[in-house]
Amino acid sequence: MARLRSPRDRAPVLLLIPAVAAAIVALLPLWYLIDQATSQGFGAVWDEIVQDRTLWLVLRSLGLTAVVTTGCVVIGVIAAVLVVKTSLPGRRIWHVALTVPLAIPSYVAAYTWVSWRPEIAGFGGAALVLTLGSFPYVYLPVASALSRLDPATEEVATSLGLAPWRVLLTVSVRQVRPAIGAGALLVALYVLSDFGAVGTMRYEAFSWVIYGAFRSGFNPARAAILACVLVAVAAVFVAAESRLRGRPSFIRLGAGAPRPQQAVALGRATPVALGFTTAVLALALGFPVVNLAIWFNRGLSADFDLGAIGSALGDTLLLSAAGALLTMALAIPVGALAARRRGPLVQLVERATYIGHGLPAIVIALSMVFVGVHLLEPIYQRTPLVALAYAVLFLPLGVGAVRGAVEQSPVVLEEVGRSLGYSPMAVLRRITLRLAAPGVAAGTALVMLTAVKELPATLLLHPTGSETLAMGLWSNTNIGRYAAAAPYAATLVLLASVPTLVLTRMSRTLAPNDAGGLTP
Amino acid sequence: MKRSTRQGLRKLAALTAACTLFASGCSDGGSSGGGDQSDGDATTLTVYSGRNVELIEPLVEIFEKESGIDVELRGGGTPELAAQILTEGDNSPADIFFAQDAGALGAVAKTGQFEKLPADIIDLVPDTYRAADSTWVGTSGRSRVIVYNPDLVPDPPTEIDGLLDPQWKGQLGFAPTNASWHSFVTALRLLRGEDGARDWLERFIANEPQAYENNAVVRDAVDAGDIAMGPINHYYLYELIDEVGADKVTAKNQFLSGGDPGGLVNVAGVGILASAPHRDAALEFVRFLLGAEAQEYFATATFEYPLVAGVDPPEGVPSLDSLEPPEIDLADLDSLEETLDLLAEVGLLTR
Repeated sequence: MARLRSPRDRAPVLLLIPAVAAAIVALLPLWYLIDQATSQGFGAVWDEIVQDRTLWLVLRSLGLTAVVTTGCVVIGVIAAVLVVKTSLPGRRIWHVALTVPLAIPSYVAAYTWVSWRPEIAGFGGAALVLTLGSFPYVYLPVASALSRLDPATEEVATSLGLAPWRVLLTVSVRQVRPAIGAGALLVALYVLSDFGAVGTMRYEAFSWVIYGAFRSGFNPARAAILACVLVAVAAVFVAAESRLRGRPSFIRLGAGAPRPQQAVALGRATPVALGFTTAVLALALGFPVVNLAIWFNRGLSADFDLGAIGSALGDTLLLSAAGALLTMALAIPVGALAARRRGPLVQLVERATYIGHGLPAIVIALSMVFVGVHLLEPIYQRTPLVALAYAVLFLPLGVGAVRGAVEQSPVVLEEVGRSLGYSPMAVLRRITLRLAAPGVAAGTALVMLTAVKELPATLLLHPTGSETLAMGLWSNTNIGRYAAAAPYAATLVLLASVPTLVLTRMSRTLAPNDAGGLTP
Repeated sequence: MKRSTRQGLRKLAALTAACTLFASGCSDGGSSGGGDQSDGDATTLTVYSGRNVELIEPLVEIFEKESGIDVELRGGGTPELAAQILTEGDNSPADIFFAQDAGALGAVAKTGQFEKLPADIIDLVPDTYRAADSTWVGTSGRSRVIVYNPDLVPDPPTEIDGLLDPQWKGQLGFAPTNASWHSFVTALRLLRGEDGARDWLERFIANEPQAYENNAVVRDAVDAGDIAMGPINHYYLYELIDEVGADKVTAKNQFLSGGDPGGLVNVAGVGILASAPHRDAALEFVRFLLGAEAQEYFATATFEYPLVAGVDPPEGVPSLDSLEPPEIDLADLDSLEETLDLLAEVGLLTR
């Protein structure tokens, strides 16, 4: 064992085993889908798929996906650059606030818009609501990647005479392309799976027919067949993203720990930058929150039950924390492996973890019901199964974040660690993960933020006797008790700011140049 | 190398154990609010409720007090819960499925997952509002009506075709995503055939109806005089009267007679699962729902129609006997998928 082994030799078994386990978890829904889809024979499968309407609906979904993903990349990248790399006033507050829109359920956001302007319904309304609710999928990984960049490259560019803003565009943003791609993939998959926004906005997308098959046809077999089409589309997205990403070519070669970043002085552009972040937040967060306040004030059904909301808050925290913990435990080995090794098995494992995110949550929920009653009866309708369902739904949020962060940290340091006699696990723990901490933190925040608003799986699988904020919000809006629903929504929004706040502090995403007195 | 592998394994095992401990701790914490089916004397009845939990919780509390039986309400959308029951099969922990509409009950009944209800329960409710094979029974009813503004419509139509009159162009409202609207269109299909229903819908579209988010908004728009009329459920008007007082409400309900499709009466109802772990308690719960107390609750709290003889309808609402709903087997309302296809085809469902 005297020879220095390159980390590219072969995947360490101790990472590979949990990674494969994660992939198996992520593929659990396929068991249910295949069982259901083939329950009426393969002829039925073929008939259902080969219809003009199927293609038409897939195209409608793809159109929406293209527009929303583009919008999210533009908003997410600009916001991340402004917050992490410039002298934008109040950056720490912006950083937290810009992630909160993720926690607003899409049907609530859509409802506030469409009840204000009914004519907004349709493609435009759906695209607006989905873009405003999903850009944090891009913002968070990009902000965390930007914060890990080695300023040396930028300094070289500056010394060669490039203006600061050109350095940002040509050097900084280009270096975080993998993070942008990972975020864009999450957005694209989410748009495929969403029903809340397209349902309320009455834009007939592919997820409509899947929900329709459950809701009005009571036909799980048909829903499963159609969901398989979505799995295929999601697989194409995932493969395309990993092809575009290619091999990580921008890694830091210098010191292990990044030096403090230099913030680009915005100068006279400050009002424009502030205007941008304010406008984004006003639309994504301000608009729904103001509407909630109006609902609450109208007050006819406002029986503000502090006890009920407190206990819903506790249940939400418990389920989302359990879900985030399990998701990250599964995501770290997959992300760490995928960053360093491109073998076929590793690629398969990584791609498998993305499937769940592209499927409507009702499909995942029912597949976990199926898994629960057939395999995991003792934990059926108990917390561990809810956590497992969250892991299936949100694994890629963690995997993408971990992978991006590990890719950015220098391989050389790991090799040095190995040569000093560290075991592969010790290298992972003491070097790789420590350097990738901001990415792991961003992933955890993403998973928690998304889990607190999760509804379909939570409704079917929650431990009997518990009620989450999202459930309370839903059951009140469902019967038009908007005033009673408002406190649940407000608590959800407040809760959603906690993970980013805590994790930003822990991982010091913004710390280096906060010392410069740029924040209030 | 070997040593470090073993160390790594040990750590992995410790991590797994910690996770399991954490998870089981959570599950204990999470389920402490309710009992476990297996834990001894106290019976805990599990009800999958497609009816809103906020609405029926007060009723369930009365039942718990009177019977000494604990009830665990698992709320959700009626169709999602139906799908859950179909997926669970015989392993379902549910005793009872309390559904918002007859179509979902029919879908579960079709798979044989409901047991037959005894005659003394079934006979409490008129034939029209229960399953022909006794697998489910209605617990409360709701009628489709036309809500109208008497200032704009002094002489409201007595049949659904009255909405097609060109004089109402641009003055009609409806809620295209509402489940009760879909049930109405299903009834229209069943009564007039696909072509008849398409014809009605196309003429309705020609009158340029305005789409609203839900029935309550249609009601408010009619009451405010923004539009003249709209087809909704009967109880929305009484909810408004209850909230703001009768003297402040302008809108009125027009009940359609003569078996008009626009006067469809649908029910919420219950079925007991054949696999129910607590059959006797489940029967007691269903009897309670059809008892005077619960029936009065539906009439006063949600302004729905009681279905059991001898219980008065909500104040100011015409009696169930006086209605002349279309003759439809409510279980047939599960052909909603075709309805949605038709609505999408004529362009009323989506944009």
